[in-house]
Amino acid sequence: MRFLKRVWVWFDDVTGISAMIMPLLDHPVPRARKSAWFYVLGSATLIVFLIQVVTGIALASSYVASSGQAYSTLVFITGTPFGRIIRGIHSFGASAMVILIGLHTIRVYLMAAYKYPRQVNWLTGAGLLLLTLAMLFTGQLLRWDQTGFWSVVIAAEQAGRVPVIGNWLGHFILAGDTVGGATLSRFFAAHVFFIPGLIFLLVGFHLYLVIHNGISEPPEIGHPVDPKTYRHWYHALLARDGEPFWPYAAWRDVVFGFLVVVTIVALAVVIGPPVLGRPPDPTIVEATPRPEWYFLWYYALLSVIPKWSEDLVMIWGPALFGAVLVFLPLVAGKGQRSPLRRPWSFVIVAFALFMIAYYGEVGRVAPWSPRMDAPPLPAQVVGMESGPIAEGARVFHDKGCEYCHKVSGYGGVRGPDLTYAGDNLTTAQMTTRIYSGGTNMPSYNGNITSAQLSALLAFLNSRHRQPTGAPSTPPQ
Amino acid sequence: MDENTPSTMGCQNCADKGRRKFLVRLSIALSSIGAALVAVPSFAFLLGLRKSPQIWRTVGNLDEFKIGSTVNVSFQDPSPLPWAGVTAQTAAWLRRVDDEQFIAFSMNCTHLGCPVRWLATADLFMCPCHGGVFYADGQVASGPPQRPLSQYPTRVYNGQVQILASPVPIT
Repeated sequence: MRFLKRVWVWFDDVTGISAMIMPLLDHPVPRARKSAWFYVLGSATLIVFLIQVVTGIALASSYVASSGQAYSTLVFITGTPFGRIIRGIHSFGASAMVILIGLHTIRVYLMAAYKYPRQVNWLTGAGLLLLTLAMLFTGQLLRWDQTGFWSVVIAAEQAGRVPVIGNWLGHFILAGDTVGGATLSRFFAAHVFFIPGLIFLLVGFHLYLVIHNGISEPPEIGHPVDPKTYRHWYHALLARDGEPFWPYAAWRDVVFGFLVVVTIVALAVVIGPPVLGRPPDPTIVEATPRPEWYFLWYYALLSVIPKWSEDLVMIWGPALFGAVLVFLPLVAGKGQRSPLRRPWSFVIVAFALFMIAYYGEVGRVAPWSPRMDAPPLPAQVVGMESGPIAEGARVFHDKGCEYCHKVSGYGGVRGPDLTYAGDNLTTAQMTTRIYSGGTNMPSYNGNITSAQLSALLAFLNSRHRQPTGAPSTPPQ
Repeated sequence: MDENTPSTMGCQNCADKGRRKFLVRLSIALSSIGAALVAVPSFAFLLGLRKSPQIWRTVGNLDEFKIGSTVNVSFQDPSPLPWAGVTAQTAAWLRRVDDEQFIAFSMNCTHLGCPVRWLATADLFMCPCHGGVFYADGQVASGPPQRPLSQYPTRVYNGQVQILASPVPIT
């Protein structure tokens, strides 16, 4: 022990480590009292990031970023006992990243900690948020299953909407004319080297600024930020009512971080990693690409906005979001910090969360997506095995109607439910609709024979509520 | 202001302003040139796109295809990289119009690039992503796409049906 102590004294003398670290640990922070637990979110985000780095390194030791072989290396990794857990931790860690960075952003915004003197810290944080979103996208892509493959094409097509350089940008993303050998390596380099490098730099700057400016005190109602007097007031507050960061404030970061780690690992062990989809074979046509849950809201948004606005939304939406992030501390750098004096901040956060949750659910259901796996209507729904009604039911399936319209619980939800079409529509209305289509319905003019049309009309006219005679089974 | 340029920063009353300016400028110039020597080729490599030639690929014999039917065919990309594996393939929807005429539709929905499915009994292409629907001739039937399905050039050569392997249609 004495020997170790002497080694330490020598090491500390030649490196000056304790002189650097002790002030960081001991530095006074405002007592947050009732708001204390809100302050654990930043460190939790960092802890999860470090988890991602560690598990990412583990994965990268077996993963081969070759367009032809990545998938089989992932199958291999998932087949090993610990590989499965590491993949699971990395995947649940990604979800934890987006949740924690979102909560941290919301906490900082609500407490207006972006105001003087912490404006640049907000900017570095905004950069980290955008980089995290980039990591989430490129990470899911690296799974390089069918969904990963098609998400590159979709990203390239969205980039293609940028004016002037769109075509070049799209092919830059693909790393060539088509998805091929060079595509995956590009995203691997981005996800493993380039973006994490930027994240490390920004995190370093972010943490330096926290030390330099001090962690923000919980906002007081009626005490606006005045750049002329703030620093002096803050230091007086620390002198009067501060406590050493370690361990009196840091213990909460440790406890919460620990809970986060335990949760992620438990989920990884119990639930396991996301199931690998089919291999990234471009010739498999039966693909239904869907983004991860944290991007479902954006996927839904792109599906519901009107056609004419798509270019605007895809390009200017993110640009506007970036501009808001950048200009917030510059425009609102002083003044009231307490959210009780800034009630719009609650409204904005609630609105954003509601929209993300709502569109996330819409994206999960994806009502616009035709249910191409809908089976032909069973006999007990149709009511007959032969004759025009049965023939009409077959036409209803074969012509693709059922992919968008439900009858008695079978079929898609893009168009109106036709279970009681015979009650709701006249034959003339049905014929007009079938021939002319609609905004979301193709026109069958020239695409349906008159025999098929008669049978279809017979079937639709037979769809009634009981007990008016003709057979119709209520929805399941 | 004289004190605020890089060459004279921190120099209030230096006796050797000239020498100082020279040394600072030399350092900045050499650092810039060194950085450029590394950065320019790195960026050129990263940003340069591999242009592939467009090559005619055979997708089958003439007599394999029935007139009027639309089938899924696949062909290899022009000059794929050796490690591209299964991703070196591209698929297309090929329809035989008459004896010698074919149409090849790109698989990519013109909305955001998802693969469209041909529904033979309905005579429609449907996209699973955002609900785009195309008629048999590739025109938009409904949903978000704004342009008809792209087509690859086709030809019949020595009894073989060929498609011109082309870039993924982006815009």
